[in-house]
Amino acid sequence: MTKEQIRATILEIIAQIVPDEDLSNLKGNIPIREQIELDSMDFLDIIMELRKRYGIEVPEDDYVQLATLDSSVAYLEPRMKNL
Amino acid sequence: MITSKLNETRIVITGVGLTAPNGNNLAEFRKSLLTGKSGIQKITVRYMGEVLAGICQFDPLKYQKKKDLRRGTRAGSIAIYCAQEAINDAGLQLASLDRSRIGVYLGITEHGTVETENEIYEIKQYNYDVKFWSHHHNPRVVANNPAGEVTLNLGITGPHYTLGAACAGGNIGIIQGLQMLLLNEVDLALAGGVSECTGSFGIFAGFRSEGALASHPDPTKACRPFDKDRNGVVVSEGGCIFVLERLSDALKRQAKIYGEIVGYGINSDASDFIFPNKDRQVECMRLALRKAGISPDDIDIINTHGTGTIEGDPVECQAIREVFGEYPHASINNTKSFIGHAMGAAGALELAGNLPSFEDHLIHPTINLDNLDPQCHLGTFVINEPKEVDKVDYILNNSFGMLGINSVVIVKRFER
Repeated sequence: MTKEQIRATILEIIAQIVPDEDLSNLKGNIPIREQIELDSMDFLDIIMELRKRYGIEVPEDDYVQLATLDSSVAYLEPRMKNL
Repeated sequence: MITSKLNETRIVITGVGLTAPNGNNLAEFRKSLLTGKSGIQKITVRYMGEVLAGICQFDPLKYQKKKDLRRGTRAGSIAIYCAQEAINDAGLQLASLDRSRIGVYLGITEHGTVETENEIYEIKQYNYDVKFWSHHHNPRVVANNPAGEVTLNLGITGPHYTLGAACAGGNIGIIQGLQMLLLNEVDLALAGGVSECTGSFGIFAGFRSEGALASHPDPTKACRPFDKDRNGVVVSEGGCIFVLERLSDALKRQAKIYGEIVGYGINSDASDFIFPNKDRQVECMRLALRKAGISPDDIDIINTHGTGTIEGDPVECQAIREVFGEYPHASINNTKSFIGHAMGAAGALELAGNLPSFEDHLIHPTINLDNLDPQCHLGTFVINEPKEVDKVDYILNNSFGMLGINSVVIVKRFER
């Protein structure tokens, strides 16, 4: 996957988890949870979706890497580039 | 006896919120019951294939967001819909209420089965690797979930819990609400029952294994309590929640009053896991009559529990014969013949469907009673067409459940 595809995938997962939120203005460099209503259980849903769809394991210590859209893409790029 | 009670110790119904397979509010439900409209259809259930069931058609997004539906349970959604509708029907504004003085008391038959089955099905796709087990599992399956979701949705900070009472659950939710009002623990009770069990293959498979799952080429004719050709239970989902208040509070705010709960009884068979016990049912009905301070001849409508099983229906009829005689003053009907067995919601839904009789003087019939089983003989069944009467003062509602739990509620037409 390219970086653009990874970004689109993350956005698609978030849209599925918080279907009432408008994601069209989501800024890449601001923590996602500061922009939309996304609590810790929702965050665990993102982790679960990455596991179910792509077999990606995100260790708890790395959760902080998924704070923003940009940092998520950077963190997932090496793990998803061959998908 | 009743009229000498203080208004603070008289508990009245001032709001009804419900969803049934044949109606999503009391007016729709009542219309279906008076026009013979069944709510039973064919559905496909995992591992079972095609089965007959009653499914509710309410719009869950009326009171919840999409995310709430994803996170919560079907039982929670049913409960939220019913609770919100009941509050609206009672003419109450949530914002102006002291929400720490509202209690939520919901009868359930079972809870968590649907979610557990779904999760096991899900991890089966991953070779049963439990790291794919949902972090939502625990909050979804805790037994208080349906009542708890109501408090989250409505911002209620008073007590909430469910009452696990098999198919007597709906009545027992009502009784619990009444008791908490009498104890002055709350000022308003949201009380009734819910069931989402049609989402579980286990309940269908269980009844089939017991030889007690109804089948019929025409789904609308499958649930036929007291009929010679009955062959079991039709499993349904549903919910019904009442707003209960002390009469003093209801009068103060000039609330519409559906009826006064004047008697109730709960007891246990202590005899079998599944089969009912006539003597204990007799005792339970007499307990409720005694609490109401009335005699069997005062009752105008007996709403039966009758589920359409071969073994269960005659036992209830025998119990009614013993308490009321074979030709009672009361007219006898059955609501499951229309909507199937809504399990934890059954008692509350079936009571709700009869409350309008106080005003319209019509008694809804039992449908599908084409050939009355002689073992179930009672002379005053209302069969297939509604019956008009001069007046209705008292309704007695039976609900019995597995493990031998019996419940009876008596509601009186409201009189100051």
